[in-house]
Amino acid sequence: MNGSLLDASALTGRRSRRAATRRRTGFCILASVAVFSLFGPAVIGIDPARQTLADTLLPPGAAHWLGTDVLGRSVLARLAHAARLSLGLALLAAVTAAIPGVLLGVVASWRRGRIERGLVMLADAVLSVPGLLLVLLFAALAPGRYWALYIGLSLSLWVEYFRVARAASRPVLAGDAVQASRLLGFGPGYVLRRHLLPALAPVLGTLLAFSAAQAVLALAALGFIGVGLQPPTPELGLMMIEFLPHYEEAPWLIAAPVALLMLLVFGMMLLVSEGEPA
Amino acid sequence: MSGKRTAWGGILLRRAVQIVALGLLVGTVCFFMARSLPGDMATRIAAGRYGYDLVSNAAADAVRIELGLDRPLWLALLQWWGEIARLDLGTSLVTGNSVWSEVVHQLGATIDLAVASLAVAVVVGLPLGTWSGLHAGGCIDRLTLALAVVLRAVPPFLLAVLLMVLVAVRLGALPVAGDHHVGSVLLPALTLGLGLAAGLARVTRAAMREAAASPSFEFARTKGLSDRQALVRHGLRQAAAPVVAYLGVHAVFLVEGAVVVETLFAWPGIGHALVHAVFGRDVPMIQGAALCMGLLFVVFNLLVDAGCLALDPRRRRGEAA
Repeated sequence: MNGSLLDASALTGRRSRRAATRRRTGFCILASVAVFSLFGPAVIGIDPARQTLADTLLPPGAAHWLGTDVLGRSVLARLAHAARLSLGLALLAAVTAAIPGVLLGVVASWRRGRIERGLVMLADAVLSVPGLLLVLLFAALAPGRYWALYIGLSLSLWVEYFRVARAASRPVLAGDAVQASRLLGFGPGYVLRRHLLPALAPVLGTLLAFSAAQAVLALAALGFIGVGLQPPTPELGLMMIEFLPHYEEAPWLIAAPVALLMLLVFGMMLLVSEGEPA
Repeated sequence: MSGKRTAWGGILLRRAVQIVALGLLVGTVCFFMARSLPGDMATRIAAGRYGYDLVSNAAADAVRIELGLDRPLWLALLQWWGEIARLDLGTSLVTGNSVWSEVVHQLGATIDLAVASLAVAVVVGLPLGTWSGLHAGGCIDRLTLALAVVLRAVPPFLLAVLLMVLVAVRLGALPVAGDHHVGSVLLPALTLGLGLAAGLARVTRAAMREAAASPSFEFARTKGLSDRQALVRHGLRQAAAPVVAYLGVHAVFLVEGAVVVETLFAWPGIGHALVHAVFGRDVPMIQGAALCMGLLFVVFNLLVDAGCLALDPRRRRGEAA
């Protein structure tokens, strides 16, 4: 849940082109996972909860592309539903964390003084609890409920937006363009729309992908140790812990959710990579 | 001298605010958790006192009045905060022991694990990073980069499973879980340490390259010191500041990782206790464990801040942020 994001430094020549290619690749990976999770459940059309006990632990084949689990449920269908659930919840949390985070960051940069100090203190307060711990506490408030996980995720994610927006809007606010706008009598809303948001957009896009992927990992980690969502919900971490006992006889089972998670992480790493490979 | 004091004061103040915030945040969430437990609180407490057979409505009402459970919510919340402020964490609902004694016992195990993980990270990451920085583009450099990318991409819980299956089950080399054997700390410490080592090696490499290219290092070479002497006298301290700062940023990784890794390896630390308290709906224990982990995290950050100040005199004079 922690990301020390580098500022978009001006790179030159070959290195910047390489970085751009890397970022594009990362974006494509994340986009394809997103497409799979969005349309997968509908296209596959198998109920992820339907058990066929005669067909347990089938290897991948024509009927079930990724085989079946120990209860004879289609792994592909479960994987698609799990991806949709994780990505949906993570994106929702990331977007709703971004809005107050960015606005408060801009306000802090704009108003300075006591307001800024207060907001920084508030961010520090949230930072006193590691993100995963915060999500875990909220998950414990209402075990297995989506809303509890969602609130925990949003609460832990907004700080990063706040910090980035505060740092990135400072030079914009001090620039000539904003000064000219203010002199011409345009209000804060106009300055935000015309000057601040366009300047922040590239950083925020990266940050959004980054924090959503972080949220997916947090959900999977909590599911994996049994304090996140509860079975029979198809969820990546839960699937991994269900498949782990069968790693010997059916290694392709555990490979499916692991591969999906790894794709997400790789896509995220490529997306935030600078000229220097991380 | 006065500049030094203000730098220290700022650091201490920031972390003190964090500790207060930690208590308020964790306390409030746990307060509502306690309120949302099924059943009537007064009846539960009365049952705890007089035994389940002897609970009557009268006894429950007596408890309700005595503990002020009939008071409005905000008063009860204030009372709850007051208890935390007085360091009164109550007793575990499951074992009946005081939360303090349980937590202190587990804290030792968690600190052991954290120290072992940091040791793994330093032993693996620093030499690789230093060598890569001084011989950029060599085969060790490339190998380290490849390893770092792979290790950074694997979340701790996946790495834990991989290590379990490969090292402990396949090779039968180390105990898989628990803490009854010599060497059982190795697998959890490797899981956390390798993840840290990957990033540490990259940061060390960058810091070493910068230090080796700096004028002070150049001058040390010019005045006739050997590469090794110049490195020890001028390179290391300069390179140490970003490395220590990196550890501070990744303290979160260590604390979050501890929750997951302790649970998976049945290592009897705070993270393990926290997860089991969640399973048992043992609210005082959840609160105690969460507060303790947060405190550990804040104190670790404080140590890192102090280390950065000690290494970099410019910060003390407020030149470089």
